Amino acid sequence: MYHKEKFLLFSNLWDPSIDCNWIKSTVESSSLNFLELSCWHLICTVWFCSVLEKIKLLGFVSVGSAPPWSCETFLTYLFFSRWQSPAKYKIVTMSFVEYGDTIKDGDTAIVFLGHESMFPVKVQHGSVTQTKYGVIRHSTDLIGKKYGSKVTCSKGGWVFILHPTPELWTMNLPHRTQILYSTDISIITMMLELKPGSIVCESGTGSGSLSHALIRTVAPTGHLYTVEFHQQRAEKAREEFREHGVEHLVTVTNQDVCKNGFGVSNIADAVFLDIPSPWEAIGHAKSALKAEGGRICSFSPCIEQVQRTCLAMEEYGFTEINTLEILLRVYNVRTVSLQIPDLGKAAEDNSSTGFDSSNPSHQESPCANLQQGTVQFKSGVPLREVVGHTGYLTFATKSLV
Amino acid sequence: MEGGPGARIREGDCAVLKRDEVFKAVSVLRRRKIIFEKQWFYLDNAIGHVYGTTFEVTSGGNLQPKQEVEETTTETKEAGTDNRNIVDDGKSQKLTHDDIKALKDKGIKGQEIVQQLIENSTTFRDKTEFAQDKYIKKKKKKYEAVITIVKPSTRILSTMYYAREPGKINHLRYDTLAQMLTLGNIHAGNKMIVMETCAGLVLGAVMERMGGYGSIIQMYPGGGPVRAATSCFGFPKPFFDNLHEFPLSKVQSLLSGTFSTETLPADPEENALVEEESNGLSEEKQTSLQETEEEPAPEAPMEINPTEEQDTMDINAEDVEFKENKEKENKENVREKQIKQWERRKKLKEAAALLREKNADGLIVASKFHPTPLLLSLLEFVAPSRPFVVYCQYKEPLLECYTKLRERGGVINLKLSETWLRNYQVLPDRSHPKLTMSGGGGYLLSGITVVLEKDKCDSSNSEALKMEEPSSKRCKLQDLPC
Repeated sequence: MYHKEKFLLFSNLWDPSIDCNWIKSTVESSSLNFLELSCWHLICTVWFCSVLEKIKLLGFVSVGSAPPWSCETFLTYLFFSRWQSPAKYKIVTMSFVEYGDTIKDGDTAIVFLGHESMFPVKVQHGSVTQTKYGVIRHSTDLIGKKYGSKVTCSKGGWVFILHPTPELWTMNLPHRTQILYSTDISIITMMLELKPGSIVCESGTGSGSLSHALIRTVAPTGHLYTVEFHQQRAEKAREEFREHGVEHLVTVTNQDVCKNGFGVSNIADAVFLDIPSPWEAIGHAKSALKAEGGRICSFSPCIEQVQRTCLAMEEYGFTEINTLEILLRVYNVRTVSLQIPDLGKAAEDNSSTGFDSSNPSHQESPCANLQQGTVQFKSGVPLREVVGHTGYLTFATKSLV
Repeated sequence: MEGGPGARIREGDCAVLKRDEVFKAVSVLRRRKIIFEKQWFYLDNAIGHVYGTTFEVTSGGNLQPKQEVEETTTETKEAGTDNRNIVDDGKSQKLTHDDIKALKDKGIKGQEIVQQLIENSTTFRDKTEFAQDKYIKKKKKKYEAVITIVKPSTRILSTMYYAREPGKINHLRYDTLAQMLTLGNIHAGNKMIVMETCAGLVLGAVMERMGGYGSIIQMYPGGGPVRAATSCFGFPKPFFDNLHEFPLSKVQSLLSGTFSTETLPADPEENALVEEESNGLSEEKQTSLQETEEEPAPEAPMEINPTEEQDTMDINAEDVEFKENKEKENKENVREKQIKQWERRKKLKEAAALLREKNADGLIVASKFHPTPLLLSLLEFVAPSRPFVVYCQYKEPLLECYTKLRERGGVINLKLSETWLRNYQVLPDRSHPKLTMSGGGGYLLSGITVVLEKDKCDSSNSEALKMEEPSSKRCKLQDLPC
């Protein structure tokens, strides 16, 4: 019976009129365990792509290469083989939602050159990457090495290879739009109360900076529905999610959120908006959120946008409306030495120099060097130029009533 | 899904009461008087309702779900344009104190009292529209007692702690905590090391983000970890299956390979209480004293005492346990103790084994201790290419920590940072920043571990591990004097 139930799910999968939610509810109501649920994620993605050529099996199943089967055969095969020995066909959730120890073919790794200069690299057998320190040969220098290793390049210089994280990706991703940075992302994640299992709606996808962070947080059982009205950007985002092995956790829809909404209703725990006119999407956001409530956030650079958004939120019955702004201050750690003015006092008269050198045994305390006439101390010096404003974040709660 | 939206309030739950911006964590128990925002009531009637329900407090201290009321603002509003003719003679309100008290004693709804106040205010009509709004808001806040019961979350609890008991969490502001969770790449499946003296708030936040997947090793000072705030989250039982603890005092021996489980710190329960007291009272006093010596304190030093503790968390689990324990016979007690001791040893061995692997996926430190020695030791247990985040209330210790880490090597992308948070009032034609919070939220030092180039010396550890195989539980139990 158990078998049959799941098989039904498979055979129905190719009926184009089926929608994701039906599948999801079927799966969830059939008391499947987590492993099979990730299997569902896979099916859902396959179904969503609907074109077999688009599916890179390598991204999902740890088998050598893509077998030339029809989609159904493949899925049935996958299902039954997982049914027999789940461990053998573990879905390869690479890097962005799960740490791996060693660098593998197909991974996205971060090449760290020092002084915050780094860039992402797609690891491929036979590829080479040029850095200012010389060439890195993927097959010999990267594949099989531990993440965090020092890699010596051809010119004798060295770099570190880092495991990708959403935060490193944010620092290195190709910009297709203005992006959100980790400071804003962190407060968004906490204030939207996201955690593993959360269902989140996002628009627009943009360059996918926030998307990666959201996916990381809601994995392995949550899902991100992201909407982008720009076709090329939507396509690019899909491709990136595939490359990063997280496509089973995200659904990209190419439509206008203000006109057509998120394409889902009553399933989201949280909604995030980063669009020019968020007030036009509040209604859609409300219907995307679960009936029993959820959280919403809107990001806007201008206060006029915030005003209209707040009015719309109030109109749609959102409560706890709260607008805030978060700013990051970074400090350089420096040892500073200040000169002591010569006031014509005798050099050996320490007490009259006017500063406290109370604890000379402790290295870190300001150490006075009277011969040279300077005092040394450590200081956290603010950077000369810092980001003064990214945007206002407006949060609210969809309440019960 | 336990604790998802739509969950119902059950007896024994940990819930959070909310009134405007004020929160209070309580455990839902029948026939138990709760005092919140100068009001007293019982939670009995809330049981069975959905989380997120708003209640009104009736005169007998009962809660009843608030009925949605239609704002009756059909009458054409009269309002002045400015305040040139409004004189403060103290006679604008015709109702006396006694009148208002009488209304309250009759059990008249707060809404009606507010309406009465407006009708009996001679200056109300002359006020500007904005001033009228403000007046109504102020009176509503005072006379309309509505309380919402919400499910605990990191957002709510970290806001609550920062507002009510910042001393207990080393003044870790909630936006700073949010940064830590993101910079630390906390997510399901991680093996995390957490060292905190923030009443268990940081631990709870990490647990929430990991959703029960992966494992956490909590390093604790003294006799046991303090988890007062962790218990407010109301996590399901399985979340604790992979939560381990390890005494800080054993870290050096673990690193040098001389670790054994024979000498344990004293019973965690007794000690945890002592810890709480000393953290809460003497520590606070000391620091505030030191601070006042250095500068004339502009504000009274904050003192935290057990009664205040009681005010934030009305959790009476200890009482219940205490009574139960008393009923048991002494013999049983001895046996229990031995079993407990044995269990603890087993858990300690497990934690030690996990640490020995030296492959943790991250390190989170937020404590009252100097961060440098903690980092230099605990980073040994972290795998390369993993993030670590250290919180400190003050900038200076992190400056030193930064320098020492640079000397040690094995870390890159070190960053010392702080966040500022600014709240806004957004209203038509009346938008402006509210209070700005800067400083007092603490500082963070974050970075990424890399392979440390030095002689490999951890092959001997695996040998020691084999020696420490825990013997099976059954034969241990037989050895006990029955």
